[in-house]
Amino acid sequence: MSVGFIILAHSALHRVGQVATHLARSQAPVVLHIDQNVPKTDYTALRSETGGHETIRFAPRHRCEWGMWSIIEATKDATGIMLEAFPDIQHVYLMSGSCIPLRPVADLRAYLDRYPETDFIESVTTLDVPWARGGLEEERFTLHFPFPWRRKRKLFDRYVALQRRLGLNRHIPEGLVPHLGSQWWCLSRKTLEAIFSDPDLPRYDRYFRRVWIPDESYFQTLVRCHGRSIESHSLTLSKFDHEGRPHIFYNDHTDLLRRSGCFFARKIWPEADTLYDTFLNAPPAAPQAEPETDAIDRLFSAALDKRLHGRAGLYMSGRWPTKERKDTTAASYSVFQGFNDLFPDFGTWLSRTIGGSVHGHIFAPDRAHFAGGVAVYKGGLPDSAALRDYNPEAFLCNLIWNNRGERQCFLFSPADRQQITRFLAADQNAQINVISGAWALPLFRSNRTLAEIRTEAVHLQKAEAAFLDQLHRRSSASRVHIWTLAEFLHNPLEALQTIIDDIAPHRPVQLASSPETVPMQGFARFLQMLKNDGMKPYLTGDFPVREHTTLPTRRKAKPTLVK
Amino acid sequence: MTKADTRSETSALRATWTAGRMHARRYRLLSRALRKRRQIRPVTDRTAQIRPADILCFSTVRNEATRLPFFLDYHRAQGVRHFLMVDNDSTDETRDYLAGQPDVSLWHTAYSYRLSRFGMDWLTWLQFRHGHGHWCLTLDADELLVYPHHDSRSLQDLTGWLDSRRTRAFGAIMLDLYPKGRLGAQNYRPGQNPLEVLRWFDEGNIFYKYQPNLQNLLVRGGVRRRVFFHSAPERSPTLSKTPLVRWHRRYVYVSSTHSVLPRWLNHVRGDIAGDPTSGVILHTKFLPEIVGKSRIEKRRREHFANSILYNSYYDGLMDDPVLWGPQSCEYEDWQQLERLGLLSRGGWM
Repeated sequence: MSVGFIILAHSALHRVGQVATHLARSQAPVVLHIDQNVPKTDYTALRSETGGHETIRFAPRHRCEWGMWSIIEATKDATGIMLEAFPDIQHVYLMSGSCIPLRPVADLRAYLDRYPETDFIESVTTLDVPWARGGLEEERFTLHFPFPWRRKRKLFDRYVALQRRLGLNRHIPEGLVPHLGSQWWCLSRKTLEAIFSDPDLPRYDRYFRRVWIPDESYFQTLVRCHGRSIESHSLTLSKFDHEGRPHIFYNDHTDLLRRSGCFFARKIWPEADTLYDTFLNAPPAAPQAEPETDAIDRLFSAALDKRLHGRAGLYMSGRWPTKERKDTTAASYSVFQGFNDLFPDFGTWLSRTIGGSVHGHIFAPDRAHFAGGVAVYKGGLPDSAALRDYNPEAFLCNLIWNNRGERQCFLFSPADRQQITRFLAADQNAQINVISGAWALPLFRSNRTLAEIRTEAVHLQKAEAAFLDQLHRRSSASRVHIWTLAEFLHNPLEALQTIIDDIAPHRPVQLASSPETVPMQGFARFLQMLKNDGMKPYLTGDFPVREHTTLPTRRKAKPTLVK
Repeated sequence: MTKADTRSETSALRATWTAGRMHARRYRLLSRALRKRRQIRPVTDRTAQIRPADILCFSTVRNEATRLPFFLDYHRAQGVRHFLMVDNDSTDETRDYLAGQPDVSLWHTAYSYRLSRFGMDWLTWLQFRHGHGHWCLTLDADELLVYPHHDSRSLQDLTGWLDSRRTRAFGAIMLDLYPKGRLGAQNYRPGQNPLEVLRWFDEGNIFYKYQPNLQNLLVRGGVRRRVFFHSAPERSPTLSKTPLVRWHRRYVYVSSTHSVLPRWLNHVRGDIAGDPTSGVILHTKFLPEIVGKSRIEKRRREHFANSILYNSYYDGLMDDPVLWGPQSCEYEDWQQLERLGLLSRGGWM
């Protein structure tokens, strides 16, 4: 009862020699196939390096081309030698020159002894594999592929396109159901002998000669005809990136690989001295019996996610989403327009209620009013208006990214710089609360002349209307609450409760009282005065001029909830 | 023809026109570098030592005797096999020091740094002559390259991986480091790790803008923008760089290493939303000698195309300012930079 190894190698032969002698020293037979493309000097050096070992054999050399039949020919020749020259082996393990054994051969032997008739080979039907390379899943088996994909890409692509246009469809030989899987397998002698003695084999070979990447389908398909007990996974640990290229293991993966409990891993970086030293010279003692790859799976799926999706709201030299993906910030934040006009102490109140800091008008014309009045905020963001206005979107994205984990709230007003409004409206992370027309309150309380107030009011109303218009657009993705000043005053507490619930839905805060409002006696009269002067402050809502001293009667406020 | 058709046709025309312009620009820059090749004279030419797979480092230096010992040691340890350096008429020990290094080939010139595109003409010639087929790192003496896993993997590991991904360029941004306290009040001795003196940086004050003509990202920000360029954001220094390229003799850097032609080499950003592997260049400009050097550089006017506009910048530095603030971030390691979103492992785990 034993296992023999076939190594297919095309580069870094000094490592191949190391691995082969390591295996041979553990009394395991090894058959090496060295690609014909390898220079003769390297090949002879390897032969002399491994010459002292009885159990290392060399298979006839083929010139292997990625994705082509030649690799299967090499594998078949080497397997033939293995089965013939070493009659006592029960399993044949196929590995590459960049594989490394992670556990002693004795462990593998013991493991295989427990499953003497089992074939360890990943073998799944084309419908079940998510691998995408050029969208050629089923067509691998139904088109002709005489041209190498790596060297003659144009010819390859054109020939595929031509066959598609002509509607060519190869006939899959009777008795075969195409299966795919990792190239690296461990098959039992019985299965291999059954495959090689199959009278239909020449017919199958003729078919597979023109299948694309037969090393991922030849044995995977034939084993389904002859294998009796198939474990559809590979004993070699290997991980692939989104383009189907294998991840590479380095020195700093030593612990991770050791903990995996797998028998072999690929692919190993040839310069990873520590890795080779660790696993070839001092095999780790008594690991668990069954491979456990959870930690590695997690690490590499995180890598895949990072490579494909990155971190939302982060802009960096590597991450710059092109136009098809909407620009957004890193986390949810809240914008309050009009609140501090009505409640002079709104910032302090909000900060106390939600338990976080609240910025002032960060888009004010003079400078960015950060929480605490600091000149430079976290991350080194300066309060300079010129730097901010040079790229307001980036300013906001930076602010949100720098403070991720801490909800950002800031005040906004139609008197602020308005370039950012478009971005705010389109950002799905923005929660925007507006009391429209509240800008009239500071005007009402100012001592300026009516003419000045009127000019200012026209300007503010226009800016606010433009912002509201953007919030109402179909393209707006932000969460929006809008009240007119009159609506809001009907029931301020309920309106504020709506906002607070929206900010922290999982941490309910029951508001006892709303903050103190500015004195409003004579406000309706003031609005009427503006109207009399020919300007209509329609965004404030209705303030009937009859009553001057009391607030409108309490009635349920109706927030307009957009999305 | 509909309106949309006309528009797409115009934009296609414009794209072709831009591509043609960039092509012409590339060959103009290359021929310019070839014309100026005689401006540099070899002092010690050890380029015969260069072997085919070696990683090379190109740099123009002037009066950098204090920084060079650590600069060379650091990049040697990361895997640079040969340094090709142009000495722009140093008045300190720079030339003797470099000439005595076994893996440095040194050229000398007394021509203008500014008129040679800030040294790029000279380096372009050296890259043309010696860089073809090599991975070439182009840095200033005050720059240290940090890439993911740099503490456990060599530059050869990185370039090998980039090769396996058919990538020919590696992008990075510059991170300006500064000390806690006045710039001039620090102590630094040659050979010391500058990070022991300059430990702080601004991590979240960096702005990105796409430049369609060169198809690269224009990155600005950091402490210099915060302190010195309040009133002129458009003049604040560029931080984006593509310092590591598998060179071909037809490639050329456009302005410093901020952008490179042909344009596809600038595609070091993510294609859709993900991030490919990228690095950071630690910028050790603010060692104590900066205060005195600023006085000289203000007079020499060699560092900016329009140097007068940068007088207030030099004045600011000559005042020996404190750049540090309570919001400053202390440098730890590359993992910290990745958490902060300044570099990324991408798919390189």
